[in-house]
Formats: sequence, C-alpha cells, structure tokens
Amino acid sequence: MHAPAEQRCDIELELNGETRHGSAEPRMQLCDFLRHELGATGVHVGCEHGVCGACTVLVDGIASRSCLMLAVQADGRRIDTVESLARDDVMNDLQQAFNRHHALQCGFCTSGILMSCVEFLQREPTPDETRVRDMLSGHLCRCTGYTGIVRAVLEVAEQRHEGESQQQALENRNDV
Amino acid sequence: MSTHQAGARVEGGHLGQRQLRLEDTALLRGLGRYADDLATPPGTLHAAIVRSPHAHARLLAVDASRALALKGVRAVLTGEDVKRWANPFPVGVRAPMEHWCLAVDKVRYVGEPVCVVIAEDRYLAEDALDAVRVEYEPLKPVIDPEKAATEEAPVLHEAVGSNVVNERHFNYGDPDKAFNEAVHRVSIKVHYPRNSCTPIECYVVLGQYLPASGSYDILSNFQGPYALHSVMARALDVSSNRLRLRTPPDSGGSFGIKQGVLTYVVLMGLAARKAGAPVKWVEDRLEHLQASSSATNRVADMEAAVDVDGRVTALRYDQIDDCGGYLRAPEPATFYRMHGNLTGAYDIRNLAVRNRVVLTNKLPSGLNRGFGGGQMYFALERLMHQVSRQLGLDPLEVMRRNLLPADAFPYRTASGALLDSGDYGATVDLALRDGGFSELLQRRDQARAEGRLYGIGLCAVVEPSISNMGYITTALTPEQRRKSGPKNGAVSTATIGIDPLGGITVHVSSTPQGQGHQTVAAQVVAEVLGVAPKDIMVNVELDTGKDAWSIASGNYSSRFSGAVAGAVYKAALKVRERLANIAATMWNLDADQVRFADGKVFIEDGPSLGFHRVAGTAHWSPALLPENEPGGLRETAFWTPPQLEAPDDDDHINSSLCHGFIFDFCGLEIDRITGEIHIDRYVTSHDAGRLLNPMLVDGQIRGGFTQALGIALMEEFAYGEDGSFLSGTLADYLLPTAPEAVEPLILHTETPSPFTPLGAKGVGEGNNMSTPVCIANAVADALGRDDIQLPLTPSRVRALIGIDEPEAPEGLEPLAAPKAGGPALQARDSVEVPASPQTVYDTVLDPETLRAIIPGCHALELEGENQYRADVTVGVGMIKARFAARVRLSDLDPPHSLRLSGSGDSPMGSASGSAHVTLVALDNGHTRLDYVYEVDVGGKIAAVGGRMLQSASKIIIGQVFNRLAQRLTGQPSGGLWQRLRTLLARLLGKGDAS
Amino acid sequence: MKPASFDYVRASSKREVLQLLHEHGEDARVLAGGQSLMATLNMRLTQPKLVIDINRVEELRSIRNERGHLAVGAAVRQVELTDRTELATEVPLLAQALPWIGHFQTRNRGTVCGSVAHADPSAEIPLCLVTLGGIVVLESLQGKRREVPAADFFQGLLTTARQPRELISEVRFPLAQDGTEYRFREIAMRHGDFALVALALCLSDHGARLGVGGVADRPVAQTLPLGDALPDALNTLAWSLGAQSDVHASAAYRRQLIRELGRRLIEEPSHARPR
Repeated sequence: MHAPAEQRCDIELELNGETRHGSAEPRMQLCDFLRHELGATGVHVGCEHGVCGACTVLVDGIASRSCLMLAVQADGRRIDTVESLARDDVMNDLQQAFNRHHALQCGFCTSGILMSCVEFLQREPTPDETRVRDMLSGHLCRCTGYTGIVRAVLEVAEQRHEGESQQQALENRNDV
Repeated sequence: MSTHQAGARVEGGHLGQRQLRLEDTALLRGLGRYADDLATPPGTLHAAIVRSPHAHARLLAVDASRALALKGVRAVLTGEDVKRWANPFPVGVRAPMEHWCLAVDKVRYVGEPVCVVIAEDRYLAEDALDAVRVEYEPLKPVIDPEKAATEEAPVLHEAVGSNVVNERHFNYGDPDKAFNEAVHRVSIKVHYPRNSCTPIECYVVLGQYLPASGSYDILSNFQGPYALHSVMARALDVSSNRLRLRTPPDSGGSFGIKQGVLTYVVLMGLAARKAGAPVKWVEDRLEHLQASSSATNRVADMEAAVDVDGRVTALRYDQIDDCGGYLRAPEPATFYRMHGNLTGAYDIRNLAVRNRVVLTNKLPSGLNRGFGGGQMYFALERLMHQVSRQLGLDPLEVMRRNLLPADAFPYRTASGALLDSGDYGATVDLALRDGGFSELLQRRDQARAEGRLYGIGLCAVVEPSISNMGYITTALTPEQRRKSGPKNGAVSTATIGIDPLGGITVHVSSTPQGQGHQTVAAQVVAEVLGVAPKDIMVNVELDTGKDAWSIASGNYSSRFSGAVAGAVYKAALKVRERLANIAATMWNLDADQVRFADGKVFIEDGPSLGFHRVAGTAHWSPALLPENEPGGLRETAFWTPPQLEAPDDDDHINSSLCHGFIFDFCGLEIDRITGEIHIDRYVTSHDAGRLLNPMLVDGQIRGGFTQALGIALMEEFAYGEDGSFLSGTLADYLLPTAPEAVEPLILHTETPSPFTPLGAKGVGEGNNMSTPVCIANAVADALGRDDIQLPLTPSRVRALIGIDEPEAPEGLEPLAAPKAGGPALQARDSVEVPASPQTVYDTVLDPETLRAIIPGCHALELEGENQYRADVTVGVGMIKARFAARVRLSDLDPPHSLRLSGSGDSPMGSASGSAHVTLVALDNGHTRLDYVYEVDVGGKIAAVGGRMLQSASKIIIGQVFNRLAQRLTGQPSGGLWQRLRTLLARLLGKGDAS
Repeated sequence: MKPASFDYVRASSKREVLQLLHEHGEDARVLAGGQSLMATLNMRLTQPKLVIDINRVEELRSIRNERGHLAVGAAVRQVELTDRTELATEVPLLAQALPWIGHFQTRNRGTVCGSVAHADPSAEIPLCLVTLGGIVVLESLQGKRREVPAADFFQGLLTTARQPRELISEVRFPLAQDGTEYRFREIAMRHGDFALVALALCLSDHGARLGVGGVADRPVAQTLPLGDALPDALNTLAWSLGAQSDVHASAAYRRQLIRELGRRLIEEPSHARPR
C-alpha cells in the first residue's frame, strides 16, 4: 500500500466491536483519528510523545499509545477504547472498582489507565502490588497519587480469581 | 464576631459521609465532556502559535506572507493587530511595563507567543509556522533572580528601568528590639525551585468574535479566579459584559495552572476576530511546559531571634520572588497570599519583611497548588530546623515551645491573619502516637548504628484557604491603596433551581477540575432538602453571560468546601424555607414544623406530600401559594465572610478566611552510593475543620502529597544560563509515577471553623506546603547538612554526601566547568592534519573551503569581509534542522589562530556557536588544530533535547574540523574518540576499548 | 505538535523495503515500533519524505536461536522477547535488561532493532549488544549484506554505521557462555526513564567485561582486571567516557557511579537489581 502525503487514505477498522470507516492523511496520529473522525473522545491526548499514557488503547488486544501510531497503521486492526468497557450501560468490574476506591479525580488519565489494566490483567491475572505499580509506571496521573488505582486493580484481580475458583469448585462438584 | 452556625444541623445524614462520586460514571466510561470534546461551530479554524526561541531579544520584523500563501492558511494574527484591537494586560503593581498577548517590541522568555497562524486544521497551521519569518536581535538574558535584581543586570522592561518591579518593607511588633535582645540569631538562605503541578489536559480555547454586538464569546478550561475576567475584558478592550466566558463540563486537572490560560483567551478572541471565524487552539505539551505557567521560584534569606530555650521571638524575611518575563495577574500574589501567615503555626509577635518582586527571562509565573505556601514554609520550616540544629535541641521540642496554644483561638497573627480555630498540640500528639514516632526514632538509631544514612524530618504548617480578594493590594503602599479604593471579601455563589416536576438542579460557580464538587454539592442539598444525592443534578459549567458569579468565583485557594459548599447550603436553606411555607399554607399549619426527608415534605405525625408535589405547586398552582410567595422556584445565594477585611494602614491583612493545621513527619534512608532517597514512613496529620466527604479529603491529600513528592525529589523547570528552557518534554520534566509514589499515613482531627456555614476549611493544598520541607528536613537530618536544595535528585544528594573523586588519568582531564553566566555549553577538542599551519590557515580562509567544511551547507554568500550568509542543514541522526545562518571568521592571527563563529534561526530553534582555533606546528610537519568552542541553543531543540545537547554540539562542531582535515588530506581523520581508544588501550594494557 | 507531511508505504516484503530504501535513501525512515520515531515526527524534529512501515513484513518478525546467537528480526517487538521464557538462559543479560526499557505499554510496540537503529546513548538494548559483542546485520538492495560488530556500529549520539540505503534486518546476541555470569544494574530518575548510568556485566574467570550506558555518547564496553587493579581501571574508564552534566545528573555523579557501583556489581552479586 502506497499513500502519497496529501492524499486521504481510506481506513477500515473494528472499533469497539463495530466496523468503522474513515479517511486520513498518512501523517494523522491514530489518537486524532479516533477522536475527531470516529468520535471516540474517551481517548485523551496528554503529551503526544508517548510518556503520559492518556491515549492508550488496545490494538489487537495490546495496550499501545495511540499518539505513537498513525491512523493508517490501524487499517484492518481491531481497536478497543475505554468506550468498549461498559455493557448495556453497566460498568465493568474494573470501572466499578475505580469508583469504589476513588481511583480518579479529573478523569483525564483514567481512560488510558483502564485500557492498560485490561490487557495487564489478562497477561497477569494475579499480580502483586509491585507488578501493578510497574504496569502503571507507563501512565501519569496528577490527581490521585495512584493509591486508589493500585487498590482497585488488586481488588479486581482478587475478585476475578475468587470468581474463577468458585466457578472451578462448582464445576468440580458437578463432576462428582 | 460572628460565630453562629458552626456545624450545620444534620438531618439527612449525607454530610460527613464517604459518598462515592457522582462524576465518576461519565469519566470512567469515556463520556466526559472536556473542552476538546465539545462540538465546534461549522467553519471553526485551528490555531498554532509562532513562539520565540530566544529568552531575550528585540523583535525586529515579522513577515507572514509566505505562511499566508500556504494551503489551508486563512489568517495570521500579529503584534500589529493586537496593538490595534487590544490593550496590554492590567498589572497589579504601579510600574510602567506592558504585557500584551503577543510580543510587540521584545520577547522576554523562550516560548513567548509572537504570532498566531490560523488554518483549516492544526496540521496545516503547524505547517505554516515554519514559513513565518521572524527577525530577532538577541539581547543578553538574565535568569538568576538575585542577579536580575542588581543594577548591572540586563533590564527586561526599559520603561521600568529595573527588574525589581515592586519592593515593600513591613515591620510588625518590634523586630529590631527582639533581635537586639536575642540570645541566639539563627539564619539560613534557601532557594525554592520553579515547578508546576502540570495537569494532564493542557489549555484549550475556542474563541468567537461576534461583530454585530462587538463582543467575544470564548470557551476555555479556565479555572478562575474570575477577578481575571476583568483583566481579560480590559485587554480585549471591551466592556466586561461583552466578554462572555464559558467553561466546559469537565476539566482535566489544573492545580492553579489553568489560571494562566487567561492570556490565550484574549489571544484566541483576537485570532477569531482576525480570521472572521471561530478559532480553536489546543495547547500541546511542548507549549504547555515552556509557556503556560509555573510556580514562582524564590530566594529567601531568613533570620530568627531565639531565646535560650529555643523560643523564637522574631523573624526576618528578605525574599525575592522571580515572576518571569512579565508580571501576569494575579502576581505578585505568591508573596501576599501568605502574608498574614508569615509566622506559621507559631506565637511570634515580631516580624520584619522585605519583599522584592523581580523579573527574569523565564515564563511568567502564576497560581500553582499550595500557592505561596510551598515557598514560605520551605523557608520558615528549614529555619526552624536550623534553630534546633544550632541550639542542639530536639526539633520537636523547638516546635512545641513555639506552637500556638489551644486557647489562643481565634488568634490574630503579627501580620494580620485571624486564625479561626485549631488545637495544634492535640494534632501533633495524635500524629506522634498514631503515626509511631517513637518507633521511627528507634529505626533511625538502629540504622545509624549500622552506618546507614537515616533522617527524620518534621514540619508544622498553617494551611490557609478561601483567599481574601483584597490581599494582593498589600503589594501597594497604604497611599496607593487609598487612591484605588479598598478591595476585600470573597463572594461565593450557588443557585438551586427546581423545575415543575420537582427536579433539582444546582449550579455552582466553582469550575472544578476533578475535586468532586458535584458530589459534595449534591450531598449538601440532599442534606437540607431530604432527597437522595443521586437525584440531584449539579451543573458546574460557568457562563459569565448567564450564571451568577463574582470575582471570587473559580477553583483556587481551596475555597470550595468552606465557601462554595457554604453558599450551596445557604441557597438550599432559602429553597427549603419557601417550600416549608408553601406546604404549611396548603396544610394550614406552622412552617417551623415542616420536615424534609426521604423525598417527602411532611409534618411529624401529620400530613405528607412528595417533594415534587410541593415543589410543583410553585409552578403549576400559583393560586395555592402563600402571600408574598412569587411562584417559580430558583434561589441564588451569595455569601461573603465579614472577616475578610481590606489591609489596614499598618499593612495588617487577614489574607485568608480559614486556617487548617498540618503536622507532618517522615523517616527516610539515603543510599550512600547512588544518593537515592527511600521514604521509610510518611505521616501527615490534618485539621481541616469539618470534613464534608472524608473520601474526597483523603483523595486531595494523597494527590497533593504525590505532587509534593515530585517537588521534593525530581521536578524543576530548568533553564540554561543562556535562558534556554531545558524541561520541554515529560521525559525531561519528571513527574512521580506509581513506583515512586509513597503511601502516606493520613490522620485527621476536626476543629470546625466558626467562620464558614458548614464548619469546613480547605484541605487541597496543604501537602504542597508541608511535604517538600518535611522531606528536606529529613535529608538535612540524615546528612547533617544545611544547604538543602530542591529537587533532591540522586545526583544532588550524592554531592551532599560528598564525592571524593580520584584524579583523572593524564590526558583525560575534562575542561574546567563553564563560568556561571557564560554560554550554556563549552568544550574543546583537537584534530591533527598533515599540512603546515600556513597551508591550513589559508585553506580555512578560502570561501570554497568554508562551504565544503560546513556540514549540510546548501549555499554560502559573501556578505562582508570574512562574513557570510549561509543556508545550512545540521543535525544528528534522524534529527535535522535547516538554519538561515550567519558565519564569520574573526580574531585573525595568521598562521596561529582565528575564531570561527556562526549563528542562526530555524523552525526548531536558534543556535549560535563560536570556536577559537589554535594551530600548533608539530615536529612531523603536521598541524594540530586545538579548538575551544562554546554553544548556545534555544527554542524547541533545547527544550526537548536537553539531555543530548552537549553530545550533539560536539558532533556537529567535530564535523567541521574533520571535514577540514579530510579536505586537506583526502582521508577521514581520527577524532578525539579514536585517540581516546588508543590511550585507553595503552593505560589498561588491553586492546578492546570499544 | 503534529507531524509534517510524508508519503507512506505499508511494505509487505523485505525486498520492497530494500527497494524503497534504495530509491529514497536519506529521505526515507523505517517505521517499526515507532516509540522513538513517532515522537520525533510529532515534534517535527525529523521530517522524512517517506515513511516505510515494516510492521506487516512477516519475514522480519522471526526470532531464531542458531549458530551460537539469538537472531532477532527487524519487526520483533520487545514484548516478544520478554515473553520468551527461554531468554533467561539464552541471553540472560538481555533478559535482565529488558524490563528496564520504558514501560509495559511502550515495550508492547517498541522493537529491538528500532532501539538499535535509534542509538540513544542511554538505551539498554544497544548496551547489551555492545557488552556481549553482538552483531548488527545490515542489508541493502543488490543483495549486499554487512555484519557489523556492535562496537563498530554505534558511532556516537544517535549515529550509527548504517548507510541511508541499508536496513537493519536483524541483530544477533551471542548466547550465554558457560561459566560466565551476567549482571545488570541501572540508575534512573524514575522507573523506566533514560538511564543516568546503566551497567551491564559479563563476569568469568577471564575477567570482567563491563558495559556502560548513559555516560558516553554511545554504549561502551571494557574488559577490566579483577582484584587490586580494579579501582584504578574503573577510574580510568569513568574518566575516559567524557561524562557530561545535564539537568538530571552531574558528570561527577556519573563517574562516581561507574567507580562505586561498577565495583560492587563486579564484586558483590547482590548489586544486580532485577525488575
């Protein structure tokens, strides 16, 4: 695929489970495309040089900075943003835990953090606090001091683990 | 004195509860409505700003014609337009300096706006930035505030004639007598650095000009104070009702910093006028760091008069505040916000103060969480620590001997603050007990016995909140104040409207940025009207064209819980009174008996109606209303505390309404080798009056504490001696991340304020005042050093421990460090070429050679004798910039030495350099060129590449001389590195230094 | 902060990449993980005419353990190595160093070869490559292939031996040697920051090979004598690197860390700090 500089390229991607179309010049950042072309304003832009983490989205399930990707690179990819997390207007366990633990104030960094947590907990379902803080080191939050965020992530990990254990126990019982 | 209503009646059980936030659902789902998320009018254009790469320069010419010719560019706003349509910003002191929203005569800091390009999108606007030609005449900058205050310093504002734009002396009590009689005099000099709480969302402005009414309608994530609305309206040269300023529903943090957007509000209003279309500007992070706002850096010379037992009888402050290139409103407020509190938590009646406000070539300073308090307490509490050190007393004992006693309140401080309430001793005792102070002492003993570096720090802070809008006039003399009329108070407002179906909408003019004002306002109204908080809609957008507001509106000086929540309470009481009357009339009973709970209006053991039915009556059935009840249901409460009086003729000022108390202590260990600080335990105890929502209070404390940790350990806006800004990215300006964050133990005592409707005080800023100095005191304790400078980076701490450096092996000695005030970078190198000095000399003077040896030289034109204009692309790796440059050969001493200089501007910044070259004849007939060079770099290159500037300069300069050698020999020459490798191999007897 | 215009090619084969590099040379930049390139594009510090995206070139995605090396292709992301359980035995030094690179989110996209190409003097991967004596494989059209020792590849700040028409098609890390111990230690202002000083060590009976990052304008490795001669050798090494002061640390601090931390890293195993 060859795209001349000034020409808008057609882009088709799967955004939060829906096929979406748009067009962008080669130089357009993915975060700008998601926000201003596709309306996913839950993606926030804080630094445009990959440090603050506010623009983090999942690209084929992998947490990535959308300011460090071109929109054209997302063609044919699956992109998930914070808007994907709630189902039928019910927030998921991570979002609810953030609310319970006062893990956000201004909320600007939150959407990126949530997306990192989604991938992280899939990779590491039972992390300790050090691992959670290590994962969070790729995000800047100026409001909370991170305490609520760390607690929320650890609690969700524990709840999911317990849920799985119960599920397992239930299945074992059924086997018997 | 009015002390009524301390602690409101609790009916609904909502106040004081850990109510989860109503704001969260939208924010957690990505449905927040921040300024850049809102719809813009059709045809909205986008702005990008041409900014100065120079710290100090005369602005000779701005030529935008090439930019205007580019695709998508619609207009360019220049200083000429601004002079035609606008005014300079009003200034808070009497000095003839002009600050316009664009530079008009000079630029005075790196990043200062020079003109605005307006295009169809931001990408196109940025394309055009490079096409604007700006001609500067660089001037000598001044960065150090103490130097700026001297007579020899370059002057920023010639009309003022000095960089000291305001100086005031104050005497309270009899400080001279106290110092004369003192047994001990203890002094310390401290520097407080420039830093910024740096919100993650940057500034956003959407400007519109409405020609029909000659008015501006501007949306921005401005945080207040709305006293600045007057400043903006005057700068826009319109009557204040012709500036409609609106804020969005959500704001991505501010911490004071978004006060500074005011100059851009004006700028984008004018840009919209110029373009004839709405203009949107979203500040990027590079712009934000170099040119938004920052805390004021301060130099404080402190002295205490001390009794034999450690009682401080007098304090002397000699302070310089560095407000940057312009005194932007509300500066010099950093000084005067704390003026009533200069004696801290202590009973000290004698006080002498000299305050000097100085301008330097840095970005203008402004509000930043802890405003003035971080600076003041760093000086005062370092001094108190020093008192204990010098007298050989326990710091805790010195603190206790000086703390205000519990029976002192309300207490009028020497400089005029009226401390409302507190029991400082009780807060200290609680913290020592519950925070495990004695255990920490044991840990220190043990660590020291094992030879480890361990220190304990403590500090006591009175945290002011709810600023007196008149405190800033303390910067003026009493005579000047008399001329302009007294200013004082802090009017807060809240409005409650109830619609025909009983829906409650609350509006507050507090422009929150994440503090949870919606939740607390709902809690307060729920408490009074007996409904559930979740059923209340709270609108926190502020529209000066429609909403109730006043000069104190906005979010600053931790005024929400004390003042704004109080106004909400007042408004709710007004509504309740009307509803009670309506219900009582319907039931023909006494209004005093009407109760509100569980969504019902009722009389105990009597009639009951749904809240919506009673409220609806005011809309649907005016005939049923009592006499004097006008119908409709909307109440606005204005509230101002009478205690906030204007400064008196003796310069006493009650600078804030409420005064919380904080006692912090911490234990930390320092790694002897790396200088890294490990905080072992941090205890922060607060008395913030009545807590309306303890969860939010702790959230504020944790957030402020973590910012303060950054201030203590890593954050600083760094400037080179040449005025270049060196902290331009978030990889250069470092904020604490989760692994660096420490969890403090938070403790509370509650002494309600008698001055606020709900007994609450502010709590948001305290740790930005207490934590930096608490950590500094602990480091001082660990190392036994007095000269503690923030931020305490590992390198700086290691230097405090002491580096006893072995000498450099022969041939590896580095060049002496550059002199202070000299160029930013200085180094030397040499190269050997197989030709005689005369041949080399003649070659260098040949223009053809020059063209060939300057890397990336596209063209070289003779301009005068040995002077050239050059078009040059230079760079390192993939990073390249094209410079319009001037090259010059001077100090000619054939065939011994000469100077080769160059300077130029590029879209990426400015650069100038000069190399003095000495030609040394070698025995083998070759020549060694020894060159010593110095380089100044400004603008974006310096801001984002600080870490690499020295190496980059070395490479580029090296290229010049290596190309020369190559030209003379046809061979690439071995540079310093090759020689080093040889040397290393010889020294180590190995051949593999790679 | 938006990039200047450029043409964009999403390459589908190595040959296409080489062809484009051949045609455009210095005007083209290869986009792999983009964790450095995209930031410099956004800041307009670099303004190529053409960006060649290699993210979908399958043949550049291989990781191979062969002929005593671990060969890592141009499009292999750092996370693919951190996920590789064998890495701890294959290239233990790299396994220790990888967690220090940026953050989980940047390692998710950042590539191994991209870090080598960028040649940041503080970067961990170039430091490991130089310390271990690895090889950078450069390819250009016309079938030319150069295998450059890492020590010769890094030539200075952001400057390498790669010619404009060449692609770093893979880098090769020598596999662990029996009897050699590998240790890594980094001092940075924060978790994931550019190293103030990074130290990489290969220790065996033959001696200590110490690599230093973040000090000179490139990673430098040096074989040092053990025992009494070590302090002097470390001092010479420390002074030889032309350490410079910046806003975060002084030159003297950097030299001191080389002397003191270097010695402890060599003499006391506990001074390696895994993450």
